[in-house]
Amino acid sequence: MTQLTQRAKQVDRKPMTLLERIYLWNILKGMMITISHLFKRKATIKYPEEKRTFSKVFRGVQILNRDEEGREKCTACGLCAVACPAEAITMEAAERQAGEEHLYKEEKYAAKYEINMLRCIFCGYCEEACPKDAIYLSQTFAPSNYGREGFIYKKEDLLIPHPIENPEAYKKALGEKGGNA
Amino acid sequence: MADEQQLFKVTIDNITVEVEPGTTILMAARKIGGDVTPPAMCFYSKLQGSGGKCRTCLVEVSKGSEKDPRPMPKLVASCRTTVMDGMEVKNITSAKVPEARAGVVEFLLLNHPLDCPICDQAGECHLQDLGYEHGKEGTRYEFSRRTFEKEDIGPYIQLHMTRCILCYRCTYVAAQLTDNRVHGVLDRGDHAEISTYISKAISNDFSGNMIDVCPVGALTDKTFRFKNRVWFTKPVSAHRNCDKCCGKVTIWNRGDEVLRVTARKDEWGEVESYDGKPGWICNTCRFDKKKMSDWTIEGPANINRHSVISTNHYVGAQKPAEFLPELMGGRNPKMLMDIHDVSDVNDPKVDLSLLPGPATGATFTKTKEQ
Repeated sequence: MTQLTQRAKQVDRKPMTLLERIYLWNILKGMMITISHLFKRKATIKYPEEKRTFSKVFRGVQILNRDEEGREKCTACGLCAVACPAEAITMEAAERQAGEEHLYKEEKYAAKYEINMLRCIFCGYCEEACPKDAIYLSQTFAPSNYGREGFIYKKEDLLIPHPIENPEAYKKALGEKGGNA
Repeated sequence: MADEQQLFKVTIDNITVEVEPGTTILMAARKIGGDVTPPAMCFYSKLQGSGGKCRTCLVEVSKGSEKDPRPMPKLVASCRTTVMDGMEVKNITSAKVPEARAGVVEFLLLNHPLDCPICDQAGECHLQDLGYEHGKEGTRYEFSRRTFEKEDIGPYIQLHMTRCILCYRCTYVAAQLTDNRVHGVLDRGDHAEISTYISKAISNDFSGNMIDVCPVGALTDKTFRFKNRVWFTKPVSAHRNCDKCCGKVTIWNRGDEVLRVTARKDEWGEVESYDGKPGWICNTCRFDKKKMSDWTIEGPANINRHSVISTNHYVGAQKPAEFLPELMGGRNPKMLMDIHDVSDVNDPKVDLSLLPGPATGATFTKTKEQ
């Protein structure tokens, strides 16, 4: 039979020698590998105290953006929901009433906006689809939870802090990514 | 012999078709169908006198007729130019036409606000399709666009004058379908606008059809305003016995809520005809019959699979039978979470179809307290 690759090895079926039969030598060989790792750099980190730095293109939990005056940018156009391959995003649109101009940027806004984090696959299509720069994926991941209920993220959970009332939290949430948002 | 002479042979993009004298190039092209048909924003075959305004249907006539084979010097509007025997027309095979049409699209978008994320027409807007087909989804215009004072034209129809491209289709609906015309185009040039003089509410029974003929989102259904995006609704063909109109409609559902009722559209985006008569529908059917019990359901409406409306609509899907209760001895499986207990969206207690106008923030918060 012709070999497909050079890596195939013939199985050695010779009877074992005495040294191989007492196993001790092979155990020592294995232990040497284990012990040598004690003196090498650790591959793991102590997670809650230490955190890894994410890459700049890391796609974490979604954030709903506000403009400089703190008005919500989302107009409930539904493009994120239709782009979502996991069908995780749902929303209800409402008309902006007189006196709500300081809350919502456009005539129409998302009265309810939900992302089912059990479904979300963090593909970032919602960010791509958004014509209003209203949603983007931040650089933190969604925290774990004991119940399923906690994974239905509502608009209040997703909205970025107010840039005027809470500028520090806003800057932090914006991260490096939101510099141009 | 006489019968043979009555038909004119016309070649559009190398496809020959025989049509009656007096047919326009556009209607001859529609007879062939497919990509050779020029787009039309203002022309509406069911409205007399429409066409000749938007210039999107421009075609090149490379041979005038059998007797006079000289080409026409300029591109012509195919909706208003009648065919001649032996005429040769170039639409997509022409080098000039796509370029000229892209220019026309850009002009149409000059004053268009491009507020598609808010507009209810998005997804079924002819201007949107046209813009994307010609790669003109953006704009080079840097100046402030024309604005108008907001005008309320009644409880059923929402007018967004900034989106209007002045195709005049709605004024033809008013003139030809309703007995007393109450709206038209006021002023000239850049100031021209659709209006009902002295803000007179449109109360005629067939006035709602101007929503269907509007190629853009200038005239939209107020009873559907902001309730859902068209691509999240289910288009269903339905009918009812109506003494005023044909009663054949498409209803746009969310679950069992009838969010919107429109006339049925054919492949050209026009109202479908039944026995040679256009299937206009009356305002009662359109605005007042928002319950499933009002309608006899015929089945899912046919939507072009290239349309955004057909996304996530699974054609021919069959719901598999529930086998778990049978396996578990008649007991239903215990649900770990009912999404309606947690979610505020698609709340079964909120029936958007019962609202006369757009939802407000209070629509969704009130039910939470209940």
